[in-house]
Amino acid sequence: MSQQNRLGTGGRIDRSRPLRFTFNGVDYQGFAGDTLASALLANGVDVVNRSFKYSRPRGIVAAGAEEPNAIVQLGASEAAQVPNVRATQQALYGGLVAASTNGWPNVDRDLMGVIGSVGGKFMPPGFYYKTFMAPASLWPKYEKYIRKAAGLGRVPKEADPDIYDHINRHCDVLVIGAGPAGLAAALAAARSGARVILCDEQEEMGGSLLDSRELVDGRPASAWAAAVLAELATLPEVLVLPRTTANGYHDHNFVTLHERRTEHLADLAPSLNGRRQVRARMHRVRAGEVILATGTHERPLVFSNNDVPGNLVAGAVSTYIRRYAVVPGRRLVLSTANDHAYRAALDWHDAGREVVAIVDAREHPEGDLVNEARARNIRIIPGSAVIEAQGKKRVSAVQVARIDIGGFKVAGRVETLACDTIATSGGYSPVVHLAAHTGARPEWRDDILGFVPGKVPGMTPVGGVHGKGALIEALADGAAAGTAAAQRTGFTAPAVELPKVAKVREGKAAALYQVPHVKPAMRAPKQFVDPQNDVTAAGIELATREGFESIEHVKRYTGMGFGTDQGKLGNINGMAIAARCLKQTIPQTGTTVFRPNYTPVTFGAIAGRNCREFFDPRRFTALHAWHVEHGAKFEEVGQWMRPWYFPRGNESMHEAVQRECRAVRESVGILDASTLGKIEIQGKDAREFLNRLYTNAWTKLDVGKCRYGLMCKDDGMVMDDGVTACIAENHFHMTTTTGGAAAVLDWMELWHQTEWPELEVYFNSVTDHWAAMAINGPNARKLLAELTDDIDLSGENFKFMDWRAGTVAGVPARVYRISFTGELSFEINVQANHALHVWQALFDKGEKYGLTPYGTETMHVLRAEKGFIIVGQETDGSMTPEDLGMQWCVGYKKPFSWIGRRALTRPDTKREDRKQLVGLKPLDPQLVLDEGAQIVLEKEIRIPMPMVGHVTSSYFSPTLGHAFALAVVKGGSQRMGQTVYLPMADGRVHAAEVVSPVFYDAEGARQHV
Amino acid sequence: MLHIYCPHCAEYREEEEFRPKGEAHIARPVAPEAASDEEWGTYLFFRKNPRGLHHELWYHAAGCRKFFNATRDTVSYQILETYKVGQKPSVVAGQSSNKGAAK
Repeated sequence: MSQQNRLGTGGRIDRSRPLRFTFNGVDYQGFAGDTLASALLANGVDVVNRSFKYSRPRGIVAAGAEEPNAIVQLGASEAAQVPNVRATQQALYGGLVAASTNGWPNVDRDLMGVIGSVGGKFMPPGFYYKTFMAPASLWPKYEKYIRKAAGLGRVPKEADPDIYDHINRHCDVLVIGAGPAGLAAALAAARSGARVILCDEQEEMGGSLLDSRELVDGRPASAWAAAVLAELATLPEVLVLPRTTANGYHDHNFVTLHERRTEHLADLAPSLNGRRQVRARMHRVRAGEVILATGTHERPLVFSNNDVPGNLVAGAVSTYIRRYAVVPGRRLVLSTANDHAYRAALDWHDAGREVVAIVDAREHPEGDLVNEARARNIRIIPGSAVIEAQGKKRVSAVQVARIDIGGFKVAGRVETLACDTIATSGGYSPVVHLAAHTGARPEWRDDILGFVPGKVPGMTPVGGVHGKGALIEALADGAAAGTAAAQRTGFTAPAVELPKVAKVREGKAAALYQVPHVKPAMRAPKQFVDPQNDVTAAGIELATREGFESIEHVKRYTGMGFGTDQGKLGNINGMAIAARCLKQTIPQTGTTVFRPNYTPVTFGAIAGRNCREFFDPRRFTALHAWHVEHGAKFEEVGQWMRPWYFPRGNESMHEAVQRECRAVRESVGILDASTLGKIEIQGKDAREFLNRLYTNAWTKLDVGKCRYGLMCKDDGMVMDDGVTACIAENHFHMTTTTGGAAAVLDWMELWHQTEWPELEVYFNSVTDHWAAMAINGPNARKLLAELTDDIDLSGENFKFMDWRAGTVAGVPARVYRISFTGELSFEINVQANHALHVWQALFDKGEKYGLTPYGTETMHVLRAEKGFIIVGQETDGSMTPEDLGMQWCVGYKKPFSWIGRRALTRPDTKREDRKQLVGLKPLDPQLVLDEGAQIVLEKEIRIPMPMVGHVTSSYFSPTLGHAFALAVVKGGSQRMGQTVYLPMADGRVHAAEVVSPVFYDAEGARQHV
Repeated sequence: MLHIYCPHCAEYREEEEFRPKGEAHIARPVAPEAASDEEWGTYLFFRKNPRGLHHELWYHAAGCRKFFNATRDTVSYQILETYKVGQKPSVVAGQSSNKGAAK
């Protein structure tokens, strides 16, 4: 297809570089320098999508980020699919493949359109809430079809092969937007030597300078932009980032910039010198000063059928003609309320096409551009507006009428004018989104009929974003702000000589948002406010009639400004309509809150390199390679990878765990316990600190001894436990749970630094420095004896809860005689880099004892048989030591009121019906209860039914020969021997007997041998 | 993301290095056993949630591992000052915040 709308000369495209592309399966040609949107318009493609709710044909409206309709699915292959790309922001490249996101089977013959035109009447705002909310169970079924009909693009089914980076940056002055004000600001700041970052979201920097009719220093405005960019490129402290959107403005001048480095070249990042390029970068910028030069978005007028393809905002018409040499039609009607939009008619006229009429809402338009139009004998219809467009897939005519803005009514006869394009302008809305991200509410200004950014510390708005959109003003405003910002960050900025620009005289704009129709809004053909979300003026009226008075509620009820649109094109019109209906002013009505991101950001850029193995760090013990080699299955405990069990041959997990359990109980097993948290505590007050931190007493713990300690929060609830050894009088070695290590260290620092700074004590994490190997079982002593000759292992000289320093397998070791299985046990600690050597030596000597490696699952079974708790499994932040039956570990007589003590005498912690730790013996000895199962006292189920507790740990014990469980039950210590019931989701009700939580060797004989 | 001045490091660092630890200046009763249940409950569970100036405890967890206090405006998120544990804030709620805002 030929480019029938392309001009023979002009524009910023490169006619020597034609590019082929495909849209909805049809091949087209454009030029280098095109956007997908300009190339589609050049080829006369009118319908680019179907609308979200009513499935109406839609065409291109705008030329930038505010485009509501031309939302496409991009990508030639499955892995390259990108949903929700605005055609106006996508540079054209050779081989580009795009498709409409809506429309089935295609945009020209849309089946949903039939449903939309019939069903549209029955789909007012709130339709989904009203229609589909009951019964709730059917919502997923409705949603599936609604989503298919709506179609907001789709995610790729294959993994994204591209790579993305995050970069932290610091600068003195960040300039967002490279239009006239931004360029002037950047230049002024940069000449001071300050570190300046200049970013702009478009393919080419320059903003409105690229399609301006005005001259700067007697030359085209774009030449001045090029000269400034050339100078900035020579300054070493300046970073210029094209194709980079400031998508979020966060606290304390932290701005995230999304730089697209290859998306103008191909759908997947091409290789350069044999390496795949980074597709996008997220710059995380901490700026001293931010200069907001984001300009304005033009507001379309709201009138009937203003969504028929061929409706554009006036500025976009100028942009397409002057920048891309594309005239998107033959016969133009311009409907405006201001002078500035006259440019569209003049540019159209310059291109040699017909301007049917300029319809101006003002009675007496007066200004330089108006006079230029008059001089060309273009018909100007004053005091009037386009009230309705005609046509289905393209505008064929407009109805124009005299209007009474104040009375909101049509005030004269209706005239029909044949045309194929309507350009409209209701005014210029400052792009306040970024400033609003910080929480600063935009402020209304009557003189410019728009909201300007609220005050943000360290941020200066320049140019159009605060009402200084005229070129001559924007340049001066930007230069002054750039100089001032550089000075505030400590630089001296030389004066910037402003280029010469002629002043353009403009008449006062009229406040026109929704255009009245001869019929009331509810009966007139649809007047679209937010085309992307299919929100109409009538919908907003209905919302206000139904009692939605807050603009935030109107937004949620109608969907205005939702999703990827974020209220760019239609929000001010919508607020104006709500204000009219509520009989209040626009500032009284207020704005909705804009949130990051300004335009959609691909998840790849958000994730950066924090994916796959870098998503969450994994920690491995010094013995990890051995475990892998020996077929261990792993379990993630916090960030640690711990062996879960070591299957042999085709063993199931159950079989492996039963075998590992028997090995420990009958001979000897070994556990890699290196992941336990380890904290060094030193200083003359170390012992006193332990007394205050732990529930039990530490005053009499001698050097060479260990003690189990229980830690509570000050509310009396157990938070951690572990064994602490006295290494020397002022030196202790603490162990914590694997998951709790970092939190316990923070906890100790908190108390030391904020409550007891007078105590002389120091803490340090040594978790990674020590490897710990626990050998458990009746043969543990015999095995260890073969590897040490300087530690007396005899029962009388190395008692349970003693520790000894010495040599194991020829390397220095600390051996702790502690037990988490109830068996005779030694925990050998060596420097981590000696671990594999010692572990291997143990296996060399241990073969004759059948030394068996075991994992966390066997550890859990063995400790549960002994009734040993695991913090976080038997406890959940609501268990006191007494709830756990651990009164023996509570030193009520200690002189200092240790952490948690006072709370243990509160009435609530003394209640007798608190949940208490018990054992459960299922009546069916083979039945392993579900962990987390709720416990009730009666077999017959009724609703409601008091639930008295839940199962915390549950296993099958090969040693006991039956299943068993630990549980917490209200008043459990008084229920020994009673039967409780566990109703399951499938209707079965299990029964179990309440027993002591210690199932095995209650007197502790086995660990004391 | 907040930019926080650590009074121990004497530098601004990114919020990622810090952890908030709730309201500052919560003193544990000196004689817990003498405290009534109500007093103890107040110490344990009751915290301010002001709109405006708030004194908060922060922890430079991925830095110097020191705790310190910050006076922060919960509406604007502006941090008016940070100061070491044991020190008194120079800006407090109810007073003019102009002094701190200049920082």
